[in-house]
Amino acid sequence: MTVTISKKIKKQQKKAELAKQAAKKLAKRHRQEKNFRRIGLAAVLMGMLFLVILFTDIISKGYTAFMQTQIQLTIDFDSNRIAKNIAKNKETDGETLYNGNYRKLVSDALYAKFPDVTKRKDKKLLRSIISTSAQYYLRDLAVTKIDTDSRANDSNDLQRNIAIGSGKSAADAESPSAVQYQINSQYVGQKQDIWVIADDLFDMFHKGFYTAEGAESERLIKDNYVTWYNKLLAEGNIRTVFNFDFFTNTDSTNAELAGIWGAMKGSFYVLLVTLLLSFPIGVGAAIYLEEFAPKNRWTDLIEVNINNLAAVPSIVFGLLGLAVFLNFFGLPRSAPIVGGIVLSLMTLPTIIISSRASLKSVPPSIKDAALGVGASKMQTITHHTLPLALPGMLTGTIIGMAQALGETAPLLMIGMIAFVMSVPTGIFDNATVMPVQIFLWSDLPARGFMVKTSAAIMVLLAFLITMNAIAVILRKRFERRW
Amino acid sequence: MFKKSLLTATAIFLVTGVAQARETISIVGSSTVYPFATVVAEVFGNKTSFTAPKIESTGSGGGFKLFCAGLGVEHPDFTNASRAIKAKEVKLCQENGVTEVTEVKIGYDGIVFANSKQGDVVDLTRKQIFQALAKDVEVDGKLVANPYKAWSDIDASLPAEKIEVLGPPPSSGTRDAFVELVMHEGCAEFESIASLKKTDKSKFKAVCNTMREDGGFVEAGENDNLIVQKLNANPAAFGIFGFSFLEANSDKIQGAKIEGTIPTFDNIADGSYQVSRPLFFYVKNQHVDTIPGMQEYVNEFVSDDAVGEEGYLADIGLIPAPEDEFEQLQETVASLKVMDAFTK
Repeated sequence: MTVTISKKIKKQQKKAELAKQAAKKLAKRHRQEKNFRRIGLAAVLMGMLFLVILFTDIISKGYTAFMQTQIQLTIDFDSNRIAKNIAKNKETDGETLYNGNYRKLVSDALYAKFPDVTKRKDKKLLRSIISTSAQYYLRDLAVTKIDTDSRANDSNDLQRNIAIGSGKSAADAESPSAVQYQINSQYVGQKQDIWVIADDLFDMFHKGFYTAEGAESERLIKDNYVTWYNKLLAEGNIRTVFNFDFFTNTDSTNAELAGIWGAMKGSFYVLLVTLLLSFPIGVGAAIYLEEFAPKNRWTDLIEVNINNLAAVPSIVFGLLGLAVFLNFFGLPRSAPIVGGIVLSLMTLPTIIISSRASLKSVPPSIKDAALGVGASKMQTITHHTLPLALPGMLTGTIIGMAQALGETAPLLMIGMIAFVMSVPTGIFDNATVMPVQIFLWSDLPARGFMVKTSAAIMVLLAFLITMNAIAVILRKRFERRW
Repeated sequence: MFKKSLLTATAIFLVTGVAQARETISIVGSSTVYPFATVVAEVFGNKTSFTAPKIESTGSGGGFKLFCAGLGVEHPDFTNASRAIKAKEVKLCQENGVTEVTEVKIGYDGIVFANSKQGDVVDLTRKQIFQALAKDVEVDGKLVANPYKAWSDIDASLPAEKIEVLGPPPSSGTRDAFVELVMHEGCAEFESIASLKKTDKSKFKAVCNTMREDGGFVEAGENDNLIVQKLNANPAAFGIFGFSFLEANSDKIQGAKIEGTIPTFDNIADGSYQVSRPLFFYVKNQHVDTIPGMQEYVNEFVSDDAVGEEGYLADIGLIPAPEDEFEQLQETVASLKVMDAFTK
């Protein structure tokens, strides 16, 4: 009796032991799962945190670049001040006036505003508060220069038309275009209050990037600078407006004038070339490999190599571009055509791989049905497979383009990292692209460029986000799942 | 049909690309001269009816390589340099048919050894800088691996801080100039090293040129803004810059005294601050007739408005050449005199 009882007890004890162990194990497994979840969540949060830090840093540094500081000056457009001997030669008034000294108008207006500034050094400092662009701005207000080719802007009845055709030859001797100069009487001979762009340092001071604290000798903003600033501010002669120039100007050495239009257009041409080359070739290659190519060692080798190509560092493509397209084919340096070709080499694997994947996802039943009712292989592909696979292909292409938009390394080798002031008008013109512009500005000492760098990054990010959003929408809207 | 038209389009691209003439001046070269050249290019573009030149910052060496590659529209018209052309490069030029080159010395640039304004202004000699930065130094007449960890190890009057200097990479003209003007001068003051100059010239060069790699000297890349940020974060660290950069950031960093002289505009201009180098650009004379605006660009660059004592380049840190050199410069430029190295 006692034996059986003790056996029973032993059995129960053993059971309890087992249950205990199992419970322990279960708890351990649950704990492990919880820990894993926690680590995962922490990783995601970390990523988010870094993203937030990055964005706040960029935005807090860069948002002021979208505002422009302007100073109001009373400009006396006295034609005798602008150019000497103006009355003697009425015939060429327009041209003489156009080539006059508008810098003097700006400095005269400043001296009139601050009559107590007399020392040469102080005067120089005073002149520096206005951007150098002011003189060209005033010139264009006073005299409109019209190329006879573009008569479209000729019909401005507000302006007294005394345009004189003069045979001044333009840059290239082979096409001497007659240029007309039209004096605008609402300015010339009048005193006008004009808003002109402030210099970079003044702009940065106004936006609070410099302080006027500490010993005068140790800071860039001198005491009299502050006095002038306060006077202008008190009299309502300083305003900040939206900086349209940032979107319409090209690169400049003056931070207050630098804009990204040239780089944006450069990026556009580069991407155009990339798209025109890589999309047809990539899709063609994908269709051939997926639908026509026999499955053998050679096609396997090609497939492996396409995947390898996707992993090649982008600088290598730049070196290839330098050796092949510049040195061998003699294509121009710094031109979007070469940039586009190089970047299309880089995006081709992305497009081929994604196109093949989306071709694969079209169910064989559709192809079989088409072939079954008598369609040829080509018809099956063009009428059925391709339209169904196209959204996936486009998604891959857009992601490839977005990568190409942010690329700088391969462009380094083919001379696209350059100071270009002219807006490119075709794929053979000198151009830079947006990421290159950001890179160039980040290296410049003036504080204003630091702000511009962040602003340009914001614009580039906006483009990238838009492109990726389009890719997502395409996928969500048109991709069919079976 | 679509594919056919695409092929034709590509063919047209390629053909017109090759046949195209160039109307914009193309400039390559030194990153030190780049900020000055871009300002001139901008003024030139605004003043004249020509398009502003395209300027690439390739470094002095890279610039000569491109410049000397040949004649024709695909090759640049000017190269900027923060050192004079080397005999090797003259030879390369001549081999490729670039036989008429004018050298234009535009002014001077100081090289400064700077730290954060939170630190003190230090007074260094070139000998001390060599001792702090070289891989091998002389201790008690023998050449040994650099034992100095703190500035005070070199000289008791210097701060007891760890040696940490951020400088440009070897591809930079600033680095070349720093090595030549500071390291070479410094190492020549040691007897055993100086005697090497006669016996084993390549060893002498190696000793003077090689920077330490144990963390005392850090190659910080070409981005000077980044160096300024790092100096601000660590007031004990020093950075090596061109003078123009110091001037633009004078509210954040300060230049150390070298041989007792502080780097200021006046001290560099009158030669009392000894670590300064000439800046140049080189003109490919054979292009002047085909590329529009080249002579006008040169004229703008050497005008009193630009490189004169009150010129706009002086405002951003270029040290103008003394009067007699300036006059000589005007003569050279007016006739685009081919430099002597090319006439031999």
